[in-house]
Amino acid sequence: MKKKLLSALLVTAMAVGTLAGCGGNPSSGSGTASGGAAGQQTQAAGGEQAADEGKVLNIYVWNEEFKSRVTDHYPGYEAVDATTGTIGDVTVKWNITPNDDNAYQNNLDETLLKQADAAADDKIDIFLVEADYALKYVDTEYTMPIKDLGITDADIADQYPYTQDIVTDSNGVLKGLSWQGCPGVLFYNREAAKETFGTDDPDAVQEYVKDWATFNETAAALHEKGYNIMSSVNDSFRVYSNNVTSPWVVDGKINIDDNIMKWVEDSKALVDAGYTTTYELWDADWQKGFFPDGKVFCYFGPAWLVNFSMAADTEGSIGNQGGWGAAKGPQGFFWGGTWICAATGTDNPSLVKDIMLQLTTNPEIMTDIVVKDDDFVNNKPAMEALADGSQTITKTDENGNVTYEGPYYSDILGGQNPLPMYCEGVADLQLSNLSSYDQGCNEEFQDAMKAYFEGKATLDEAKELFYKAVTEKYPELSY
Amino acid sequence: MKAAKRGKVVSYNRWGYIFLIPFVLVYLVFQFIPLVSTVYNSFYENYRSGLTQIGPNFVGLGNYRALLANSDIWIYLRNTLIMWAMGFVPQIIVSLLLGAWFTNPSLRLKGQQFFKTVIYLPNLIMASAFAMLFFTLFSDGGPINSILVQLGILDAPFRFLSNTWGTRSLVAMMNFLMWFGNTTILLMAGMMGIDTSLFEAAEVDGATSTQVFFRITLPLLRPILIYVMITSLIGGLQMFDVPQVLTNGTGEPMRSSMTLIMYLNKHLFNKNYGLGGALSVFLFIITGVLSLIVFRFSSEKK
Repeated sequence: MKKKLLSALLVTAMAVGTLAGCGGNPSSGSGTASGGAAGQQTQAAGGEQAADEGKVLNIYVWNEEFKSRVTDHYPGYEAVDATTGTIGDVTVKWNITPNDDNAYQNNLDETLLKQADAAADDKIDIFLVEADYALKYVDTEYTMPIKDLGITDADIADQYPYTQDIVTDSNGVLKGLSWQGCPGVLFYNREAAKETFGTDDPDAVQEYVKDWATFNETAAALHEKGYNIMSSVNDSFRVYSNNVTSPWVVDGKINIDDNIMKWVEDSKALVDAGYTTTYELWDADWQKGFFPDGKVFCYFGPAWLVNFSMAADTEGSIGNQGGWGAAKGPQGFFWGGTWICAATGTDNPSLVKDIMLQLTTNPEIMTDIVVKDDDFVNNKPAMEALADGSQTITKTDENGNVTYEGPYYSDILGGQNPLPMYCEGVADLQLSNLSSYDQGCNEEFQDAMKAYFEGKATLDEAKELFYKAVTEKYPELSY
Repeated sequence: MKAAKRGKVVSYNRWGYIFLIPFVLVYLVFQFIPLVSTVYNSFYENYRSGLTQIGPNFVGLGNYRALLANSDIWIYLRNTLIMWAMGFVPQIIVSLLLGAWFTNPSLRLKGQQFFKTVIYLPNLIMASAFAMLFFTLFSDGGPINSILVQLGILDAPFRFLSNTWGTRSLVAMMNFLMWFGNTTILLMAGMMGIDTSLFEAAEVDGATSTQVFFRITLPLLRPILIYVMITSLIGGLQMFDVPQVLTNGTGEPMRSSMTLIMYLNKHLFNKNYGLGGALSVFLFIITGVLSLIVFRFSSEKK
């Protein structure tokens, strides 16, 4: 009897232990129906800040950039901690997943696919995309047309058209907005320029880098002074790849443009001569050129690179000492850019609309962004006024006293005003050759060619590796 | 009377079955169902292009044909085995040596507990963190290169991670460092299980310690050695985190350090369950065959 009791007890304990994980979930399901209904109601109500909209705004991003723009420039945003904030009585939740290993997109994909069934407060409201893979999201119904939010063509008339081309789907519907433009220029180390050319004047330096032939000759001169022309061959990749005449994929076949092959040829020569390296972008070794001891002459990049990514906040860096200069470089190009997209099914449409309008169309806020963050914003009249000096800026110290009033200049660029150069770059941007495979192709191509540059493989072997890697990522493609 | 007796026997059996339920449930949910679904998936075209799901469409053996159409898979298998062997050979030698020293009563080593703990410690570090550490240490401008250049051993930094054997050696070294402590402890357990009277008899007969090791310890350690060999082989075939993190998933240079599981991971970028499933089944068969060979080879001579 006692034994039986004991065994019964044991079995019960075991059963409870085995099934323990199975319960306790129904509450999350019940929220869906009511939340969904509320979301629809608000959409019907239109653009007004409706009281019955969701109380949580979920924003999916991969770094701190957009968060700091919202924190600094969106009226009424209060930061609570690193991943939350409030706007009025709405809680803003930042879901920050780094880009590494495609983690951001994987996370976003999974959440978007479940968007329809998610509870209202868990639905994605805003997510950010980059040019390289914008089409992957824009060309689906998971991204909401801007018009459906109540944003009109008149609202966004001052934006640069290219920023809208990138997030327009195959039916011509605009599905995202950006606050920045990303025309790229060549940032050169003023110290290196003085040492090698005897001048650091942007126009004079431009003569030494005006086209690729001159650029490659200049590399030799810099090498004699102990400088690498670029930190890595991958620095110039985008300059070549943005000036292609055909996209990466044509009719389901992988296509390598002639200008890309020219990059391979030029880069191989530079590496073989020891004028530059094969470091991957963002590697610690690649970043050494942000500091004087890194002995790097130039980096190619848009405004955000010099402002946001080149250690300008770190004591002793070239940027911190105002040691960079900007020149147009051999060819115009753009790099990256961040677009704000509204997720279909958002329960905060009017707030999403307002964030988009404030950050991407409000000239005052956008001018502020230029002054405070050295960013190039997506507002044609504002940028042109700042470029030609007709719009002046004021800088104040912490007591509110005006310390500077006059034309725009950049501290990091040693007082230079790079805006005319950027404005000129935006005009040239050619975006008809984008495809939704760009990200995978660009990454795999640089990876594969690294082996060729380092002499570990022949050109054909490296190409073969590229084709192999791309078809692994996108099995529907052939070569 | 008879019926009651049988009833009692049956009821005890029933308890036995009931107590097996947790294991069977866990096995079914976490092992068997995934195994079957992997095999099932391997016959379908099933991947995602952007946010669009393609398939699942039945393609028969199409995935296997695609996988075996080129020699890639054999190259990755070879890479995996090379890196495993480069780590396993020193690992087993060092472990045997340490095990023999630690268990030898006549040596009376001081601080045994301390050293046993220390050699096991690398295994406690996450493999990815360990790989990250090595990546930083051995990068072109990293501390190892600075030391070597400053000591005058090298003229210019050696690019470990751009060199086939450099990368492979680093992977092997990491696996060695991580696992030799574990193997030592396993082998010590085996050695301590050997009847001490055999050692004493050998000592009385005047055998040298080398003779004792090769004539007594090694033959009697065979079952444990086989176990260590097979578990290490299976672990080695599944090698992933160390080379993945060290080479940033590329298996550089020219995929010479790409292992089978890293290749599998490439197919998971677009949730390609078809090809991934086929590759997993292939790996399952290879592992089974190799384990069988090791087992037969080492238990044959009796």
